[in-house]
Amino acid sequence: MAEQAQATDSGPRPIVPFLKLDPKPHLVAVKCGNCGSIFMDLKRVACSKCGSTKEKFSQVSLSDKGKVYVFSVVHQSFPGIKTPYITAIVDLPDGVSVRANLIDVDPEAAQKEPKQIFDMPVEMVTHVAAKDREGHEVIAFSYKPSKN
Amino acid sequence: MRNVYVLGTGMVKFGRYPEKTVPELGGEAALTALKDAGIAIKDVEMFACGNLYQANAMVGQRILQQIGQTGIPVINVSNACATGSTAFREAYLAVASGMYDTAMAVGVEQMGKQGLLGGAGGGDPAYSVEGKLGSGLMPAVFGQAGIEHMRKYGTKPEHFAKISVKSHKHATKNPFSQYRNEVSLEDVLNARMVAYPNTLYMCCPTGDGAAAAILVSEDKLKQLAGGRKRPKIAASVLTSDPYTERDLTLPDVSTLTRRASRLAYEKAGVGPKDINLTELHDCFATAELVHYENLGLCSDGQAGEFIDKKGGCHPDLGGCAPVKESGGLLSKGHPLGATGVANICEVVWHLTQDERAKDRQVPNAKVGQAHVIGLGSACTVHILTV
Repeated sequence: MAEQAQATDSGPRPIVPFLKLDPKPHLVAVKCGNCGSIFMDLKRVACSKCGSTKEKFSQVSLSDKGKVYVFSVVHQSFPGIKTPYITAIVDLPDGVSVRANLIDVDPEAAQKEPKQIFDMPVEMVTHVAAKDREGHEVIAFSYKPSKN
Repeated sequence: MRNVYVLGTGMVKFGRYPEKTVPELGGEAALTALKDAGIAIKDVEMFACGNLYQANAMVGQRILQQIGQTGIPVINVSNACATGSTAFREAYLAVASGMYDTAMAVGVEQMGKQGLLGGAGGGDPAYSVEGKLGSGLMPAVFGQAGIEHMRKYGTKPEHFAKISVKSHKHATKNPFSQYRNEVSLEDVLNARMVAYPNTLYMCCPTGDGAAAAILVSEDKLKQLAGGRKRPKIAASVLTSDPYTERDLTLPDVSTLTRRASRLAYEKAGVGPKDINLTELHDCFATAELVHYENLGLCSDGQAGEFIDKKGGCHPDLGGCAPVKESGGLLSKGHPLGATGVANICEVVWHLTQDERAKDRQVPNAKVGQAHVIGLGSACTVHILTV
């Protein structure tokens, strides 16, 4: 029934299932109860590290803070995607990494001095990325340099 | 398992063939390989065909419908960029197992000028994550693999650029190469940035092409080789990506390559120092650099120094441990399904002093290896010896 309720909901939609918008935007993941591995694909049937099946999984909320592991600056992309932008792999303290855009950092500066990006503390922010065919706002998340 | 040898090889120069069909390209490579082997299609007992973009369209059978419908078993293989090398391995296994004495492998692809690979999918484009949740496009994915090396070891963009310079220089000697122009370090560094640190010349092109190989048992080799030197497949290894911490967000191209490499060296009974030439999967310059270490050609953290000291160059260019005499994917081209068989052709040509490699011959080559990685991920390493 939950799915049906969502289908008639006129509010904004997350761009991926592991982004939850309520009560405030946050990422969720499944955690293997046996080995502790964390996965962003919520519909996974088993743990690819230890083989435990989904009965052992629990859903966990992830931290909105992390550190940049590596990045690239994308200069050529699909039509409609503004370039250059920074794509980053962000390690979360929960023990999983996510891929997202890194904003509020100058892409040219990142290329000139890549070292400044490594281990940069970042925090998650959300924004409207598009409108879908039904007119719903589609919400994506990015990371920006963290104040503390 | 029995010993297996490569009796014949064939390749269609990588390039752009909008006027040809996939079975035509594959058929031409197959006929060249059969002629090189000195046999006919009626002598082939099993055929493994690698192709990615028409993977649902029976490419292997359509090739036989061009060159000879003999009714033999055909396997159509799709395994990302490792498609061709996986087909080669299927042919190898078919002979090694004792089931067949003569098998054929063909890798073929027609990509056209399709631009960037990866990302996208069906459905409402509003939910496409490309550019909204980072980039899954190949230049960025492999850019990050290079940046991870920069992070760990202080590697510079110049190191990656030198790989492109070297690859292009090698390609000038290869008539089968899609691009045969030289580029300078400045050309590479100043070229349009695609995804940092990969500039245009550090990215392989898309293209069309085909390659084929005829594999035979030892008994068959004695009957057919007629005194010709033919390389033995000393190791044929295929791995997939094992669980590693970031693999699902930052594809880990290293762990499965290291595993495949270690298993291949063990099986062949050789080490990196015995390798006279390496064809590796340089889809991007950043990939080549990390594979120097993954394949044990230098120690961890030394890949920058390895390229600085001309480690990957032909001996005529003052190098040692030559890598990619063909020009590699960066210059020779990367028609996805063809690449894995073409790499093996190149190794065979050096080991047998084949005239198709005459202007770039590695002197006295006895042991060569071909490495391919398909993102997603699949890795093959083949070691051939004479």
